Amino acid sequence: MSTVGTTGIERIAEAFARTGKRAALMPYVMGGFPTLDESVRIGEACVQAGADVIELGMPYSDPLADGPVIHAAATRALAAGANVAGVLEVARALAGSVPVVLMCYANMVFAPGVDAFVERVERAGACGLIVPDLPQGEASEVLDTCDRHGLALVPLVAPTTTPERLAAIGARARGFLYTISVVGTTGERGTAGDAFTEVLARAKASTSAPVALGFGISTPEQARQAADAGADGVIVGTRLVRAAEEAEDPAGAVGALVSELAAGLAPAR
Amino acid sequence: MSSSADELAVEHRFGPYGGQFVPETLMPALAELEQAWTAAREDEGYRAELHGLLRDFGGRPTPLYEARRLSERVGRPVYLKREDLNHTGSHKLNNALGQVLLARRMGKRRIIAETGAGQHGVATATVCALFGMECTIYMGVEDTRRQRPNVQRMELLGATVQPVDAGARTLKEATSAAIRDWVTNVQGTHYVIGSVVGPAPYPALVRDLQRIIGDEARAQILEREGRLPSRVVACVGGGSNAMGIFAAFIPDEQVELVGVEAGGEGIETSRHGAPLTVGGRPGILHGSRSAVMQDEEGQIIQAHSISAGLDYPGAGPEHAYLRDTGRARYVAVTDAQALAAFREVARLEGIIPALETAHALAWVLAEPEGELDLLCLSGRGDKDLAEVLGAGGT
Repeated sequence: MSTVGTTGIERIAEAFARTGKRAALMPYVMGGFPTLDESVRIGEACVQAGADVIELGMPYSDPLADGPVIHAAATRALAAGANVAGVLEVARALAGSVPVVLMCYANMVFAPGVDAFVERVERAGACGLIVPDLPQGEASEVLDTCDRHGLALVPLVAPTTTPERLAAIGARARGFLYTISVVGTTGERGTAGDAFTEVLARAKASTSAPVALGFGISTPEQARQAADAGADGVIVGTRLVRAAEEAEDPAGAVGALVSELAAGLAPAR
Repeated sequence: MSSSADELAVEHRFGPYGGQFVPETLMPALAELEQAWTAAREDEGYRAELHGLLRDFGGRPTPLYEARRLSERVGRPVYLKREDLNHTGSHKLNNALGQVLLARRMGKRRIIAETGAGQHGVATATVCALFGMECTIYMGVEDTRRQRPNVQRMELLGATVQPVDAGARTLKEATSAAIRDWVTNVQGTHYVIGSVVGPAPYPALVRDLQRIIGDEARAQILEREGRLPSRVVACVGGGSNAMGIFAAFIPDEQVELVGVEAGGEGIETSRHGAPLTVGGRPGILHGSRSAVMQDEEGQIIQAHSISAGLDYPGAGPEHAYLRDTGRARYVAVTDAQALAAFREVARLEGIIPALETAHALAWVLAEPEGELDLLCLSGRGDKDLAEVLGAGGT
């Protein structure tokens, strides 16, 4: 799907435009969990099952935005030897068939220097970065650098975000606007569709970028409700990471769940 | 609080350090906290209530004590600012009172905090008991073991102690767990961070609440000695007692400021808690940029110290700035040196210091030079008896 000369931002835009589903399906895969090779297989299974964009987690020692399941997966991935080079290889293996957006924490971006980090991400073929502890106000250096490399720095907005902040964040969104559905960390919740309507309406009014809804979405029903409430993309993370942890065949288990989610997002007839 | 502090905005950055590296969900709460603090510190009602509680409930002002036998031992006068005589046994009460009063003004009904040695947890639990507020304290499993008496105190005070079973099961993980709780419950909860760390406005807020240590000590030593100390010494984990006492002396350029970090098993090993002393590339931990122990890819490295309160891989951003500008210097003292000082000061002065404080005492005991030392005796060591007697025999 990737073609020479298109930027990461353009490839993400294409994925939203071509989804053919009610909303783009965006599974989260923890890089290096349970192993680097298995995380490639999980990513490939997601693509086979209908993923439009892969959100690839870079395991971090202190992931403040993540709940216990993803935190534990990151800890295990690091203990198993996952590092930046290894996870970027995972990105490279998947990038030929699907736009890959890396999710990583701010200290990993700054540690080698922003420019060096962003360049490595670009060379691996990834399309963008999500940095959940880099709010607007701290993001300008990373945003400028990503812009120079054609990578999307995807910002996040939360239900607590004030209207003023929302407008400023939406105006500078690249790739898509990551809209957090609930107040809290990543994790499965029983949130019902009507709760999505207001956060999505606010987010969509703030930006011209596609709006993807994440945190707390785990079932095909919730995915469809999110799409029907106006989400251009639906991000599912913890449910899939839990499946990867529990199943004997992680890629098969995650692929099956992603197929169900894709069916939940099948267009209305 | 001094009048000069009132005139300043709340600092977000200290040179290249500080900032607000937190999930977006928390950003409005940080803005709300900053507004509340800016208003409260100007408000006579808040100031009077805090002052009255610090005096009548907390026991302030704390004494300044000339440690005669310790002074003889090192060959120069050494004064101890007796924060161990605060109610709850450490300087932590100053901050807990100020922040919980602030939380009440903001209409927050639930309080959370992290704790390492348990001193901040006990102080926060105490103030929550005083005001009948719901209180949850996050504490690493390893620390619940080595600071057992403080766990019992917190529970007796009505707090829920939530053991944190991640990573090294110490202060870093407790802080991360408290931040995650705050992300989830931010609308009705105030997070009473215990040190001069975290996202803005916390480093400035906690310093302002702790600078009463330095303001009192400066006036007391001028009254006693008719001069300023040549040196002010304090232990540094996150660095709140140090920042509190340093703050009053920063403009007095002739006064040397020395922060003593946890050298653990030696700063030449990776088993320490001395990011300011060791130096290296700054990093981001718990919402701010500062001195941080990390690997080349930015993963945070686990700290080590026999003292749970100093067992932390970061330090407050203002300390990093004071180090870089040369206004303060930072040194490290090993577990073994701190243990020896703990025992020596107990016999020399009849004061059992906290293991954290024992690091500062060890540095003063080993330092041959100087004219007049002022040391922040940040806390009492009753909580450490089991750990010390277990670590070094009798």
